[in-house]
Amino acid sequence: MTDATISAREAKPLPKWAVVTGSIVAVVIAIVLANAAGLMPKGTLLHGALIKPFVDMVDLPDLFVQTIWEGFVGGVLYALIALGFVLIFKASGVFNFAQGIMVVFAGLTLVGVYEKFASFGFTGMIAAYLAVVVALGVMFLLAVAVERVVLRPLVNQPDIILFMATFGLTYLLIGLGETIYGGSAKVMIADQLGLPKGAIDFDILGGRVTLQKLDIAAAVIAVAMIAVLAFFFQYTRIGRALRAVADSHKAALSVGISLNQIWIIVWFTAGIVALITGIMWGARSDVSFGLQTIALKALPVLILGGFTSVPGAIVGGLIIGIGEKIGEFYWGPLFGNGIESWLAYVIALAFLMFRPQGLFGDKIIERI
Amino acid sequence: MKAFKWTIAAAFAAGIAAAAPVPAQAQTQDTIFIPLLSYRTGPFASSGIPIADGMRDYLEMINQRDGGINGVRIVIEECETGYDTKKGVECYDSLRSRNPVVVNPYSTGITLQLIPRAAVDRIPMLSMAYGLSASADGNIFPWIFNPPATYWDGASVMVSYMAQREGGFDKLRGKTLGLIHLDAPYGKEPIPVLQAMAEKYGFTLKLYPVAAADMQNQSAIWLNIRRDRPDYLYNQGWGAMNPTAVREAIRNNFPIDKLVGVWWAGGDDDARAGGAQAAGYRSLSFHAAGTNFPVIQDILRHVADKNLSRVASRERIGENLYNRGVYNSMLMVEAIRHAQQLTGKKVVTGEDVRRGFETMNLTEARLKEIGMEGFAAPVRLNCADHNGHNNVFVARWDGQRYVRDTDWISPIRDVVRPLIEDAAKKYAEANAGWPRRTETCDQRS
Repeated sequence: MTDATISAREAKPLPKWAVVTGSIVAVVIAIVLANAAGLMPKGTLLHGALIKPFVDMVDLPDLFVQTIWEGFVGGVLYALIALGFVLIFKASGVFNFAQGIMVVFAGLTLVGVYEKFASFGFTGMIAAYLAVVVALGVMFLLAVAVERVVLRPLVNQPDIILFMATFGLTYLLIGLGETIYGGSAKVMIADQLGLPKGAIDFDILGGRVTLQKLDIAAAVIAVAMIAVLAFFFQYTRIGRALRAVADSHKAALSVGISLNQIWIIVWFTAGIVALITGIMWGARSDVSFGLQTIALKALPVLILGGFTSVPGAIVGGLIIGIGEKIGEFYWGPLFGNGIESWLAYVIALAFLMFRPQGLFGDKIIERI
Repeated sequence: MKAFKWTIAAAFAAGIAAAAPVPAQAQTQDTIFIPLLSYRTGPFASSGIPIADGMRDYLEMINQRDGGINGVRIVIEECETGYDTKKGVECYDSLRSRNPVVVNPYSTGITLQLIPRAAVDRIPMLSMAYGLSASADGNIFPWIFNPPATYWDGASVMVSYMAQREGGFDKLRGKTLGLIHLDAPYGKEPIPVLQAMAEKYGFTLKLYPVAAADMQNQSAIWLNIRRDRPDYLYNQGWGAMNPTAVREAIRNNFPIDKLVGVWWAGGDDDARAGGAQAAGYRSLSFHAAGTNFPVIQDILRHVADKNLSRVASRERIGENLYNRGVYNSMLMVEAIRHAQQLTGKKVVTGEDVRRGFETMNLTEARLKEIGMEGFAAPVRLNCADHNGHNNVFVARWDGQRYVRDTDWISPIRDVVRPLIEDAAKKYAEANAGWPRRTETCDQRS
């Protein structure tokens, strides 16, 4: 070994985070200097991209706070959907393509059952919550059916087969939902469920920030739900069993873990998540088959957070939620607005450049 | 086990055989075939269902009440497109060989795909108040009809309406009009004419596109709207986008009476989603809502009472988009009647119906005869003008139903028509080998 290689080894390279932070600071300083030197006059593209958004943030802080809040609410809901994917991915090793339609199906079942009650003259909050119980029952039956009919016969098959099976499940649920409930949109029974209406206004920072009570409720419920799920799967016996299953189906079976039981639990949990998502998104617009696409918003979240990580889903959801709202609001006008849908993927990809395994994903080391 | 599998296979085969249509017997008597490309499933079903019901029920009513059009029964068949362009074209291909006399694509995307094929297949296409605005030029598009108004007419009526509310076109200077639209061919249609008008009248146009995937996730777009504070918002949305937009307007304290939808953003479900606060939402329209017309009463009597309708409940008959479907079918039936008169034949072909459309002259008197007095305005087409650029009014959601809120407002024709002819010419130039019109022009009978 020559002296040169030894010294190269001893001179520790800067940690990655320092390089990244350093370059960001350098770029910011360069931009500020360039602006001060008058290199970016108002109205130019550079000014619009590099200066105006930040000036707007400072000038109209109320709208900035509002944007963060909208992003936070969206992010929490994305995180909830992503969690549904993560749980199933951990237990069955598949990306559950049917998660989106499960949201629609659960929401339609809730409203459909309530409408049935209402046709007998049974309305109000008790009827609404009874409908919730029935909808949960239906989601449980669905979980059992999926385990019996789809997963059990396909055990030990390649993952791609299971993935294709979730496609089949999607179309089955679309058809079933349309047959039972019809294709028209339904209004979510938000009032009957006691979800709050109206808004709270804060006059701060020289403007007004409006927090919808429904959004607050959605955030609280989603956060509580995420906390319960994270606790359940991190600290209980079933949670440990789930992680064992995630590592290896065969090894888990050999130590006496019932694969079938775990699958039912996980799919049922995904069903509960779907129902809550359906209620929250449904209350923001309506319950229709269009809601399916909402679930795909979780895809960039999963790319970012990693398919196997519960904290990844949560942090990823918030980053995507807040990032896309800020991006849309401040940089959207540069592109003629409507950039939100692809911006989520750009944010996810930007993170992946630095962490290919996702924020909290397991580093896969394969030795040859 | 093997025997079991064979049994299943046999059962499947038998099922398929039983489900296949048996058209032989229907063909023997005089019939004409009208396919309906509808969508009762998918994210746009909430808008698609009432229209499909209305279209179907009117044709069924003609069959039940009159035994068809002058005795020729209408064979109605729906093909599910899911508002998906690819599926819509597949529908068209599967139905084309059965000699439909007219095709309704019911999607601007599907319409754009089928426009070049209409002349080749010799099947006229009715894209009623949707599709390509430029196809109103009959000299370039002899096979396409889009009465009673184009999206460009609609956009110009929106500008006129804004001027009305503000007290004159001169008051528009300095105002801001936002266009919130589905980021799809349909949603983008009004942009060129709004840009031209913004320049002419000195108002600012702001665009707020909503991607189909984010139809129910509009909060970021509405933050932009909150910042820009447009004075009026014109909503060119469809499906689940509309109820979400109405809700977001309420959430963001946007004055609901300044949110005006194009005629397709006028579904009862669209406004109903917003609850009591949605009262005051507006939408353009060219026909009345409600059941208080002889034609709707006839549908109730001859179709709904006999359980021949597919509506989910009787109350949905008379909803705004249901009546839109009725109006659409009425145009087809009237064009077929004209074709029968012109040719003296009873069973007409697509070519005849094309001529029937070109000579269409729906007068007040005729509307009264078919039970539509006060339901819609007269429509008159000719060989050059396949649209009519007819008047439109603004309807207001009163919390329960749509009611008429303004007089008939005429589109700004002197702006729209030259744009249409120009766009039609450009379309023909861009599509090399676009056929020159060879179809002769009939004199109105």
